[in-house]
Amino acid sequence: MQHKLTSTALAAVIAVGGVMATALAAAQDNAQFIPSMVYRTGPYAPNGIPFADGVADYINLLNERDGGINGVKLTVEECDTAYNNDRGVECYERMKNNGPTGAAAFSPLSTGITYALIERATADKIPIFSMGYGRTDASDGRVFPYVFTMPTTYWSQATAMIEYIGKEEGGTDKLKGKKIALVYHDSAYGKEPIPTLEKLAQKFGYQFSKFAVPHPGLEQKATWLKIGRQLRPDWVLMWGWGVMNSTAIKEAAGVGFPMDRFIGVWWSGTEQDVIPAGAAAKGYKSGAFHAAGSGFPVHADIKKHVHDAGKAAGDAKNLGTVLYNRGVANSVFVTEAIRTAMAKYGNKPLTGEQIRWGFENLDLTAVRLKELGLDGFMNPVKVSCDDHEGSGPVKIQQWDGKQWNMITDWIPPMRDVVRPMIEDSAAAYAKEKGITPRDC
Amino acid sequence: MIYREAGQFKTSYPADRAIFPIVQDRYFVAAIALAAFVAVPLLASEYWLVTIMLPFLVLSLAAIGLNILTGYAGLLSLGTGGFMACGAFAAYKLSTAFPELHIIGVFALSGVITAGVGVVFGIPSLRIKGFYLAVATLASQFFLVWLFNKLPWFTNYSPSGVISAPPRALFGDVFVTGSSATPEAKYLFALTAVCVLALLAKNMVRGNIGRKWMAIRDMDIAAEIIGIPMLRTKLLAFAISSFYIGVAGAMWAFIYTSSVEALAFGIERSFQVLFIIIIGGLGSILGSFLGAAFIVLLPILLSNAPQLIGLQIPVDMVTHLEFMIFGALIILFLIVEPHGLARLWSIAKEKLRLWPFPH
Repeated sequence: MQHKLTSTALAAVIAVGGVMATALAAAQDNAQFIPSMVYRTGPYAPNGIPFADGVADYINLLNERDGGINGVKLTVEECDTAYNNDRGVECYERMKNNGPTGAAAFSPLSTGITYALIERATADKIPIFSMGYGRTDASDGRVFPYVFTMPTTYWSQATAMIEYIGKEEGGTDKLKGKKIALVYHDSAYGKEPIPTLEKLAQKFGYQFSKFAVPHPGLEQKATWLKIGRQLRPDWVLMWGWGVMNSTAIKEAAGVGFPMDRFIGVWWSGTEQDVIPAGAAAKGYKSGAFHAAGSGFPVHADIKKHVHDAGKAAGDAKNLGTVLYNRGVANSVFVTEAIRTAMAKYGNKPLTGEQIRWGFENLDLTAVRLKELGLDGFMNPVKVSCDDHEGSGPVKIQQWDGKQWNMITDWIPPMRDVVRPMIEDSAAAYAKEKGITPRDC
Repeated sequence: MIYREAGQFKTSYPADRAIFPIVQDRYFVAAIALAAFVAVPLLASEYWLVTIMLPFLVLSLAAIGLNILTGYAGLLSLGTGGFMACGAFAAYKLSTAFPELHIIGVFALSGVITAGVGVVFGIPSLRIKGFYLAVATLASQFFLVWLFNKLPWFTNYSPSGVISAPPRALFGDVFVTGSSATPEAKYLFALTAVCVLALLAKNMVRGNIGRKWMAIRDMDIAAEIIGIPMLRTKLLAFAISSFYIGVAGAMWAFIYTSSVEALAFGIERSFQVLFIIIIGGLGSILGSFLGAAFIVLLPILLSNAPQLIGLQIPVDMVTHLEFMIFGALIILFLIVEPHGLARLWSIAKEKLRLWPFPH
C-alpha cells in the first residue's frame, strides 16, 4: 500500500519520458548534438550566464556562417545545473543519448560535477572536456582516456604563479623566506592547488600558509585581519569563485593589502569579480589562458552573423568579457576536436568515442587559430595520447579599473614538478579503481 | 465496494497484528513490489533508474531515519546531512582499508559507525528539547562536514577532498558500485536494501520500542513516570535513526553519485530530508516514501515539462518556473493537509471504504 502513489507517479513519468525521447529524435535528424551544461540560475549565475552565452554564440556562428562543421549542422541543448552536483548528474543522464549519435562531449563547468561524471562518461564513452578546472591528474591520458584538461590546469597555473612571483622578486632563488598565502574556496575546487604549492614551498623555501573560506564566501573579515595584520605575507594567491572574489578584494583593500601582490586564479579574474569591488580592485591580478576584450576577428563575426541577426543567446553587452571569451574558447576546443575527428571518420554526426579520438589528436596551431579569427587570443595547443593537458602556459592579467590587460607573456608551467605529480596521483587513482593504464 | 473488509475474519493474534490486515492491501502491496522489482528494471530507461529512482530510494531511506527520530521520538534534528556524510566517509574508509570486506558489510558497518556518532551527538537531547535540540544537532551538521573537509585522512589524502566509490561486486561479477555496475543492478540492490530496512522500521515503530518513542514524543514526563527509561530510549532513537541515515549516506556516495565531496552533505541536505518528512507526514513510514517522491520527482518533472509539451523556453526560465511552482505546491499541500501526504493517503483510503455509497 505504501508504494501506491509512488508507482502511479513512476508510471506517468516513464510514459512521459518515452514521449520526450521521440520528440527530440524528430527534431534533430542529421546534426551533431552538443550538450551544454550551464548555470544560468543559482548562486553563481552571474558568472555562468556570460560563459553559457559565449558557448552558444560561437556554435551558432559556425551554423550561421559556415553551415556547421564541414556541412554537418550543430545542435545545442542547454541544461541548467545551478552549479549543483546532483543536478549536473541529472543533466548528463538526460542529454547523453540525445541526437542521432549521442552527445559529442560534456563540459561540466564545475569541478564537483566533473568528479561525479568522470566514471560515468568513461563507461558511456563520451569525452569530458574540463577546460581549466576539474581533476588535474586526469591530464594523464593513460589512466583517464576520456577526460581532457587542455589548455592548462590548476597545478600548472600554481607553478606559473610562483614562477611569476619569483620573477617579480628578482629570481626564484629570492623566494627563500618569503611569505605566500593562499585564500581558497573550501571545496574540491579550492583545494586543488594546495599540494603543488606545498611542494614548491619545499623546493624554493618560501613560507606557505593557507586560509579556507567556507561557501559562499561572504564572511572573510577574520581571514583578512589575520592576513593583513598578523601574517603580513609578501604575496596572496586566491582560488575563489563567485561572490567570494569581490568580497576578498574588498576585504584585502580594507586591511591595506597591496592589490598588485594579490593574484587570483583564472576563475577569480573576471569583470564580475572586480567591478563590485569598485576602485579598490585597481591593480588586482589574475591568471588567464585566453585574452579578454572583443577586438578579435571572431568577435566581429559573432556580432555580424549572430548578434545583428537577432540570434544572440543572451545580453549582447557580455560580448568580450572574460567569461564570455572563455565560453568561446570552450566551444572552439570542442568544435575543433569534432573537426579533427571528422577528418578521420567522415563528415557526418560522430559518436562520443570518435570525438574522443579527435580530442586526443587535436593540434590547434597558431596558423589554425589565425584562420579561426583567434590570433593572439590563446596559445597553440597540441594534445597527445598520454598528455591531455597540452603545454599548459599561463598569462597574468591585471585590472586597471576599466579592463583586464595582459602584463606578461606566456609563462610556461614547471613541467618537471607538475607532470610527476600528475602521474603519481593518476597511478594512485588507477590502483584504487583497478584500472590498467593503457600504453601510449 | 472493492475496498471493504467485510467477511475477513481474523482467527489468530498474528493475523490481527499483521502490517496489512486487509487482504486487498496485501494484494496491492504484492503488486507494487512486483512492479518495483520486475517491471521497473525491465521498462525504465537508464535515465529514470539512475537519476530518479536511485535518489528517490536513498532519500526515502534517509527520511525513514529522520522520521524515527523526529516523527516518532519527537526529537527535532538538523544533523541529517552530517550523519549522511559520516556514513559515506565511513563506507569509503572501510572499503578502501579492507578491500576484501563485502559491500553489504561495508554498508552495515558504516551504519553502525554513524549510529555511534549519532549517540554521541544525541546526549544533549537528554537535557534540551524542541528548537534548542535542533540547534544542538545543527552543531553536529557543521562539525562533521568540517571534519571530513579538514582532515585529509578521511579522503585517503586526495588533494581535492573528493571520495569516489571503488568497484565492488555483490557476488561473482555483479557489480553494484563503480563504473562497471549496471543501472539495473544498482537499482535492485538499493531497492532491496530500502525494502528490508523499511520493513524493519515499520515493525520497530509498531512494537515495544516504537511505543516508547511515541510516549516520549507525546509527553516525556508522563513517559518517565510510567517507567520508560529516558536515557536508553532517546539514545536508542538516535542510534537507530543515525544507522538508517548513515546507510543512506553510504548509498548516496557509493550507488547514486559514486563520487562526493563533504560539501554534498551540507545543511541543504538536512533541510531537504526534513522537508521530505514534513511534507510526507511526520510519524509515518509511508510518508517518508511519499515525501521523497514529492521532493525528488516533482522538480525533475517540472524541469522536463516544457520540453514534453513542446514549449521552447530558455533553461533559466524553466528553473525559475520550477522554483515558483514547487514552492507554491509545498505551501498548497501544507494548507490543504498539514499532516502531510500520508494523512491524505489514509483519508483517501477511508473514503474508498465507503465508495461508491458514502451515506
